[in-house]
Amino acid sequence: MKVWARGGALLAAASAAVLVAACGSSGGGSTASSGSGSGTSGLSAPQANTPVPASVGKGEGQLNLIAWEGYAQPQWVKPFEQATGCQVSAKYAGSSSEMVSLMANGGGGQYDMVSASGDADLRLIYSGDVKPININLVPQWKNFHPFLQNPPFNTIGGKHYGVSYEFGPNVLLYSKKAFPAAPTSWSVLYNKKYAGEVTVPNNPIQIADAALYLSKTQPGLGISDPYELTQPQFNATVNLLKQQKPLIKKYWDLASQEISLFQSGTTVVGAAWPYQTNTLVAAGAKVGDTIPAQGATGWADTWMLATKAPHPNCAYKWMQWATTPKVQAQQAVFFGETPANKLACPIMDQLSKGACAAYHANAPEAYFQTLKFWKTPLAQCGNGKNDCVPFQQWVTAWTQITG
Amino acid sequence: MTATAVRGDRAASGGARVSAALWRRAWLRATLTLSPPLAWFLVIYLASLLVMLVTAFWSVNPFTNSLVHSWTLANFQQIFTPTYLTIIARTVIMAAVVTVTDAVLALPFAYYMARVATPRGRQALFIAVLLPLWASYLARVYAWIVILQKGGTLSWTLSKLGLGTVNIGYTNVAMWIVFSYIWLPFMIVPIYGALERIPDSLLEASGDLGARNWRTLRSVVLPLALPGVVAGSIFTFSLTLGDFITPILVGGANSSFIGNVIYSNIGTAGNLPFAAALAVVPIVIMIFYLSGARAAGAFEAM
Repeated sequence: MKVWARGGALLAAASAAVLVAACGSSGGGSTASSGSGSGTSGLSAPQANTPVPASVGKGEGQLNLIAWEGYAQPQWVKPFEQATGCQVSAKYAGSSSEMVSLMANGGGGQYDMVSASGDADLRLIYSGDVKPININLVPQWKNFHPFLQNPPFNTIGGKHYGVSYEFGPNVLLYSKKAFPAAPTSWSVLYNKKYAGEVTVPNNPIQIADAALYLSKTQPGLGISDPYELTQPQFNATVNLLKQQKPLIKKYWDLASQEISLFQSGTTVVGAAWPYQTNTLVAAGAKVGDTIPAQGATGWADTWMLATKAPHPNCAYKWMQWATTPKVQAQQAVFFGETPANKLACPIMDQLSKGACAAYHANAPEAYFQTLKFWKTPLAQCGNGKNDCVPFQQWVTAWTQITG
Repeated sequence: MTATAVRGDRAASGGARVSAALWRRAWLRATLTLSPPLAWFLVIYLASLLVMLVTAFWSVNPFTNSLVHSWTLANFQQIFTPTYLTIIARTVIMAAVVTVTDAVLALPFAYYMARVATPRGRQALFIAVLLPLWASYLARVYAWIVILQKGGTLSWTLSKLGLGTVNIGYTNVAMWIVFSYIWLPFMIVPIYGALERIPDSLLEASGDLGARNWRTLRSVVLPLALPGVVAGSIFTFSLTLGDFITPILVGGANSSFIGNVIYSNIGTAGNLPFAAALAVVPIVIMIFYLSGARAAGAFEAM
C-alpha cells in the first residue's frame, strides 16, 4: 500500500507534467478532479478533458506506431503511405507490458499510436499516456459491431481513447477422436480423465478463464466479472488452477507449440485461439473448437493515440484507413482474427474462402455477448469497491501455479 | 611534391619522437594499449552489471510499470519463497545432471580421439563433434521435439523393434536429453585438450612400473584429464543454468527455469527489479562454481 501511494504521487506528478506540455494554451481545466464515472471510482483519467480536434488537418509526413507483429504489413501500409504521404515506421512489441513501457510519458514525443490489447488499455488511460479522440472523425466507426463501439476497455465516461480494431475469442480446442461430440463445458479442462492431455496458454490472464468457469459453476463465490476478483474469489480460482496443474501436459507460449501438440496427438483438449483451429484443420487434423456454455474470454485490440503524439493528423488518417472494410478484412485474414467493422465480411471471403464464417465475423450479436474481453485487473473494482486483486498479483500467482 | 615530402619527414620525425618516448616509458605504453579494451570492459560490461544490481533494489509501480526509485529488499525476500526456491533447485539440479552426463559421455570419446584414433580419424571425429554447432540451436531443439514427442521418431522406432512405445516429449527427461546433446561438444573439446597433452612417456613409465591398463587409466590418465573435465563442466553447467529456450520448447508443465521466470518478469509482468534480483542468483552460483573450478586447476586446461 505504501509503495502504491508513493507510485500514485509519482503518477500524479508525471501526468501533471504531461498535461502542461499537451494542453499548452488551451486552458486544460480541472482534470485531476474529473472522475471517470464508469465504476472505477478512486481513479481518474488524467487526459479526460484534453480537447479533441474538430477536423483532420494536413498530414505531417510521418507516423510512428507501436504494434503487434503482423499489424503493419506492407499490403495495407504501402497504399496508406501513397494515399496520405504519411511514412509509417512500426516498432513491434512482444507483450502488453512492453507496450505500456514504450508508451511511458505519453509516448515520449516519439510514438503516435499503439495497437494495445484490452489488458493494457486501462493502464494506458489511467496513467495519462493516451488521450481522447474525436470518434466522429473516424466515419467507419458507425459500421462496427455495436459492442465494439463503446467498449468499457477503451471508452470511459463517454470519451473514446482510441478506436477498436480487431478481436478474437479464446476458444476450447478439442480432438474429434477424444470428443465425437463437441464438449459443452470448460469442465473438460479440469477433468482427471484427460490427465496429461491438456494444454493452456502460459499467460497470467488465463486466471480469468478459470474465474469465468467458476462464476457459472460455483455461483456461491459471487464472481460477476472474471477480471474483478476479490481476494477470496481470487484464492478459489488459483486453487482450481493448482488442481488443474497435474493434468497439464504443457503451458504453451507460442501458437505453433499448441498446433504441434494437437497434431501429434500429445494433447486432446486445450484453450486456444481460432488461429490454431484453422491452421490444424487446414493441415488435415481432426480437431474442432467451441465456445462452451459458460462463455469465453477474448482479446480486443484498440488503436490508441499517444498523449504526446508528434503526428496527430497522420494518426487520424491511420485510424480512418485501418477501419475501412478492406484493411479490416486484410488484417483479419492475415492474422487470424475478427474485424470490428461488419462490412469487412464479404471482402474476407474474397481473400480466403469461408474466412468470414470461420472467424465468426458475421455471427449474431448474441454470440459476442458470450465473450468477456480482456481488461486490466485493477485494485479498484467496479461497484465502487476497492478490494480487488491487481494484475501484478495475478502474475505472481501465475508463477506459483506454473513454477 | 617537395612540400609533401617535407611534411612527411616532419611527421616521421614526430612519430619517432613519440615512439621513443613510449619505449622509454613502458607503463605509458601498456596504459595506451590496454585502455580502449579496458574502458570497453568497464563501461559496457561491468557498468551494465552494476546497473542491474542497483535495479534489483528498486521496485515497480504495479499499474504503470514505471520504476520506483526507493530502496527495498523485497525482491530478494521474494526469492526465498517456496515457488522460487523450487525453480532455482530445479535449474541447478538439471545443470548438475547434464554436466555429469556429458562428462561420462565425453571422457571415452575424447580418449579415443586423443590417444587411439589415427590422425585422419581424429580429424573426422573433430568435424563430427563440431558440425552440429554450425546448425542453429533452434533447429536442433526442434529436431528433438520431433524425435521425442508422442508418435515421434523414437517411439516409432521402438514400436517397430517390438519394445513398446515411449511418450517422454515435454517432460524434464526430454530436457535432460536435449541439454546433454546440445552441450556435449563443449565438454569433449576441453577433455580432448587435456588428454592430448599427456606425454606418452608417462603412460610408458606407468606400464614399466607394472601398472596394467586399468590402473594406468585410474592413476595417471583420469587425474590428468580432471582439469579438462572441470573446464568443460564450466561450459555445460553455466550454459544449462542460463538457458530458457529449451524449457519453453521441450519442457512440460513442471519445467520452468530461473531464466524463464526472469523472461516472464521482463516480458509479461514488466517487473524489471525482480528480474534483476533473480538474475543475481545464477551469478552467485557461478561465482561459487568458478572458485571451486579454480581450486581444481581447471583454468590451466582452458
